[in-house]
Amino acid sequence: MAERSFAKEVEKLRLGAGEEFSGEGILAITKALLQCGVGYVGGYQGAPISHLMDVLADAQDILGELGVHFEASASEATATAMLAASVHYPIRGAATFKSTVGTNVASDALANLASGGVTGGALIIVGEDYGEGSSIMQERSHAFAMKSQVWLLDPRPNLPSIVKAVEDGFELSEASNTPVMLQVRIRCCHVHGRFIAKDNKRPPMSVADALSAPRRDTGRIVLPPASFLHEKEKVAKRWPAAVDFIRERKINEFFGSDHGSVGIVMQGGMYNSVVRALQRLGLAETYGETDVPLYVLNAVYPLVDDEFLAFCEGKQAVLVVEEGQPNYIEQAFAAMLHKAGRGTKLVGKEHLPMAGEYTGQVMLDGIGSFLRAYAPHLLPGEVRAPNKLGKGVDTADLINVVPGRPPGFCVGCPERPIFAATKLVEQELGKHHIASDIGCHLFSIMPPFELGATTMGYGLGPASASAFNSPDAKRRSISFVGDGGFWHNGLTSSIGNAVFNKNDGVIVIVDNFYSAATGGQDILSSRASNRTKSTKHPITEAVKGMGVRWLRHIDRTYDVGKMQATLREALTTDEKGPKVIVASSECMLNRQRREKPLVDKAIKAGERIVKPKFGVDEDICTGDHACMRLSGCPSLSVKSLDDPLRDDPVASIDQNCVGCGNCGEVADAAVLCPSFYRADVVHNPGRWDRFLESARRAAIGLLQRRRENRRLMFADA
Amino acid sequence: MRPNVGASDDERVIKLAVLAVGGQGGGVLADWITDVAERNGYIAQSTSVAGVAQRTGATIYYIEMARDTGRLPVFALSPSQGDVDILIAAELMEAGRAIIRGFVTPERTTLIASSHRIAAVSEKIEPGDGRASSQKVHATAEAAAKRFIAFDMEKIAAENGTMISASLLGALAGSDTLPFTRESYEQAIGAGGRGVKASLAAFGAAYDRARGIAAAPTGDKAIAKPAAPEARSTAKVSGPETLLKGWQELAARVGALPEPVRAMAERGLKKVVDYQDIAYGGEYLNRLDKAVALDSAEHGYVLSVAAAKHLANALCYDDMIRVADLKTRSTRDRRVRKEVGVKEGSVLQVTEYFHPRIEEFCGTLPVGIGSYIESRPKLAAFLDRRINRGRHIRTDSFTGFAMLWFIGGLRRWRRRLLRHKVEVEHLERWYELALAHAREDYALCTEILNCRRLIKGYSDTHARAQSKFDRVLSALPMLEGREDAADWIRRLREAALKDEKGDMLDGALKTVATLDDSPIL
Repeated sequence: MAERSFAKEVEKLRLGAGEEFSGEGILAITKALLQCGVGYVGGYQGAPISHLMDVLADAQDILGELGVHFEASASEATATAMLAASVHYPIRGAATFKSTVGTNVASDALANLASGGVTGGALIIVGEDYGEGSSIMQERSHAFAMKSQVWLLDPRPNLPSIVKAVEDGFELSEASNTPVMLQVRIRCCHVHGRFIAKDNKRPPMSVADALSAPRRDTGRIVLPPASFLHEKEKVAKRWPAAVDFIRERKINEFFGSDHGSVGIVMQGGMYNSVVRALQRLGLAETYGETDVPLYVLNAVYPLVDDEFLAFCEGKQAVLVVEEGQPNYIEQAFAAMLHKAGRGTKLVGKEHLPMAGEYTGQVMLDGIGSFLRAYAPHLLPGEVRAPNKLGKGVDTADLINVVPGRPPGFCVGCPERPIFAATKLVEQELGKHHIASDIGCHLFSIMPPFELGATTMGYGLGPASASAFNSPDAKRRSISFVGDGGFWHNGLTSSIGNAVFNKNDGVIVIVDNFYSAATGGQDILSSRASNRTKSTKHPITEAVKGMGVRWLRHIDRTYDVGKMQATLREALTTDEKGPKVIVASSECMLNRQRREKPLVDKAIKAGERIVKPKFGVDEDICTGDHACMRLSGCPSLSVKSLDDPLRDDPVASIDQNCVGCGNCGEVADAAVLCPSFYRADVVHNPGRWDRFLESARRAAIGLLQRRRENRRLMFADA
Repeated sequence: MRPNVGASDDERVIKLAVLAVGGQGGGVLADWITDVAERNGYIAQSTSVAGVAQRTGATIYYIEMARDTGRLPVFALSPSQGDVDILIAAELMEAGRAIIRGFVTPERTTLIASSHRIAAVSEKIEPGDGRASSQKVHATAEAAAKRFIAFDMEKIAAENGTMISASLLGALAGSDTLPFTRESYEQAIGAGGRGVKASLAAFGAAYDRARGIAAAPTGDKAIAKPAAPEARSTAKVSGPETLLKGWQELAARVGALPEPVRAMAERGLKKVVDYQDIAYGGEYLNRLDKAVALDSAEHGYVLSVAAAKHLANALCYDDMIRVADLKTRSTRDRRVRKEVGVKEGSVLQVTEYFHPRIEEFCGTLPVGIGSYIESRPKLAAFLDRRINRGRHIRTDSFTGFAMLWFIGGLRRWRRRLLRHKVEVEHLERWYELALAHAREDYALCTEILNCRRLIKGYSDTHARAQSKFDRVLSALPMLEGREDAADWIRRLREAALKDEKGDMLDGALKTVATLDDSPIL
């Protein structure tokens, strides 16, 4: 079950024509899909698209009622390949994933899908993230659209525009027989807004209908000679059809004055930031009314030559606001102006940075600089020549004070002890080459563990260590892969490859029962029962099936000693071939979400429940923080003692501790110190508990009094 | 036609950003604020970078709102530098981060921050005190914000059994920066449906607190200052007559010490007597007297205070006996119960984690036997294989408790044990080394005493600490006679506290080795 439940919100998907929908961007996209009569939806989770997948999963009943098939695809390639259903059949289909990491995976399918073209509308909703929380910000979905010649929509970031883009996308896809990508940025996915709903539509042809009347057309299959024709068709038929559609349906928008000496062209997703910059420059009001002519590209690929040239008519200079690099749009526009022999000056990356997120400040500076250069008369005096410069306080000092706060393992995370054990093994056997993978376990590269040298892609951890397989090597490589990555790609690309090539390295599969980093979605090896999916397929069985001989399964990662011993064995055994350790314990975030309400209820109902929590004896802790260098748990922190004899803060465990056991295990395995204790509170103790407790306390009290009566007692000691 | 630059109040967009640490409930807060705005006839837009894979890192939520005039404003999706009206920081360093990022400006930003700290990993893993300076953030915030409202909102939330989002909302409402009534905030909380009572209580407490601050004159922006350390402990001592008499004699000796030394000496004495016995306290004061004799009022008795502090710590070395003694006291039992929050009718079970090695075992043997074993590596290794293993002991059970109680009782023989011999020798070497410098370089003497701070931890950690201590003092021959010798020892000590293995220290030592050979006099 996913981390965030949309069970309540999905009811909004039932809204009918004329009713006002209010909610998040991802819900609006889902609603739009249903209004368009989509026949099937697939995708793979990953920010910012994770929650769209969660919405779809929680909406399965509603999808079912409409006859819409939904799949949580095995990978982005699977999701894109699924769109093959729209090749021969007039069924609208949608796939969604994170871009560009997902688009990279999907490329193979995307190329084939784009080659044959589609009959039913095929929409690929990509969440392209930039800036905060982004993983591959330096690549652009735009490049994929160009190389496969599929169309790319980048709507203005508000709910009505996004919903309209979904509708336009399907129609554009059908009008041009080409898949269409719809790009949404991370904040746009989670923007809270409103739009007026339409009725949901049942797909005119369902996947069941298609199955009962199969069709084929050799001309759509990607094999010569058809594929040669596909290329010609792309430029001769599909491209012009798309351009015509975009022009006629006015997909791109014009705002501001229709004359003026300068203008700004932008990707739709940039519109709000451009307007904000104009507002701050005194050139636009709250609702976006402005004197500056704006040309908003809700379709960024293909571009419409005559539309752009008409916009440039009579303008001295035009600024292209295009986030990301290379600046494909700017280059294309420059070529258009040049070929048309126009004198309009085209600028872009001269005033805006080539790389990096176009934040509010960047936009303000860039547009300000453009206008000062080409239209200073538009700017109010105080902007043109500001009286005071560099107002504000000096923060240079503060930069050295405020600590960085990158994301890390959660309280009680079962992956923490795996890396604590790895760090301890390295203390024994020396440093090893460690290959990391994508997933929560990648936090191992940060302090306090600082383990891991590379990350090469989802499920590719062990694959990325495959070169390190030498008979002369004194040490083996260690590679990590999560359960999510394992099922996505790792089973074949990493494990199968290691078996086939007789790789001698150690592979640790981190099994936390979910695709945890993307929000706790179920996967094949999840231990929970899932109403619509088949789960409980052990990773160990799959690994054995691939031909791995040396396999160890640790079913409680918190046993640091065992983890350490197993790693040591794997690194030193004479056995040849890959050494695979499957380390399994449930993601604590998900486990707490599942168990906590049940435990609270059981305690209220008077059941006997034992709740663990860890603590530190502050007078035994010496304040060396060795425990924290093997933990980094948010709930294990430092506190100052009110004791002038002590200089350094001591360890302290806060109320968020879930009693996972890592502190005690690490203190034990690393022979740290005896200051940790585990306190198990027995709620609603039984008679026997109470009897034992009173007998023990009486005897213990006797011993305590005996000693304490014979010594000095300091009231504050 | 020039668009309306100075938008009228009706069209003004209010911009509010929340900076929080993942897991603090920032999303709930953003939802509440959006709800409050909508209840008051505003159009609001909130955005966030959702918490997926963003577990414990810094996160940001952003809300824009404008009075609903029937037209849809163009809102931005993320905050811009110099363009934020209200900045809520759910932790003090996040307020610092907001200032660095330029989201706080003196002309317009009301900065509402919880003054509590959540230490970042980088602050926690230093062997010394790696925590960032809160004062610096406070001072900059005062200058950077139009209004700065800061108090411990986490504490208010915890006291009311809820999350900080409730007290942050209370502080926002109490600050009166948004044109909304208190009731509308409370309605938004009520509409949430979960834990409403606790949230409302925390909201109310923070509301009142923020109002109090908002009403105060600007010079007094009421920041919770850390409590000053108490001047002198006046705690009660109890026990058998004879022991009390002995204690009073020792206390009288402390009373005769120069005034600036007394407070630390009394603390130290208490620690030492509590650790061992009255006689041990006497030994402590005898040693301290040596430092006092070399000291004078013109130096403010800094040396003696350092001696009082570090002698006590050195005498109370962390051995198995001490650990067992502390873990079996009735006061400890009460403290654990309080910390864990054991309610009436529940049963507490406590497991202790021990991992004794041959070193600890030998240390707890009489000098003769202990050194006999230690000098025979094969025998020691043989015994180590039997001893060196993690032991989880239940101190709520009688056998587990009795075992520790017995070890704690070895206290009376401690002076005859191997560890004591080793520790006392080490102490004497260090103390004499320090005092030998007292006459020609007072400051250096004090710094050598302060190096005792380096010795801490158990087993390997302790060994590493010892090695750092030795490495720092190894620089002494190179530094003696230099005017800045004390400074260098201090620098070396601080470097030693920066990382685990002492890499910074080694770097600093290399610098010392390259210092000009001729002493600067």
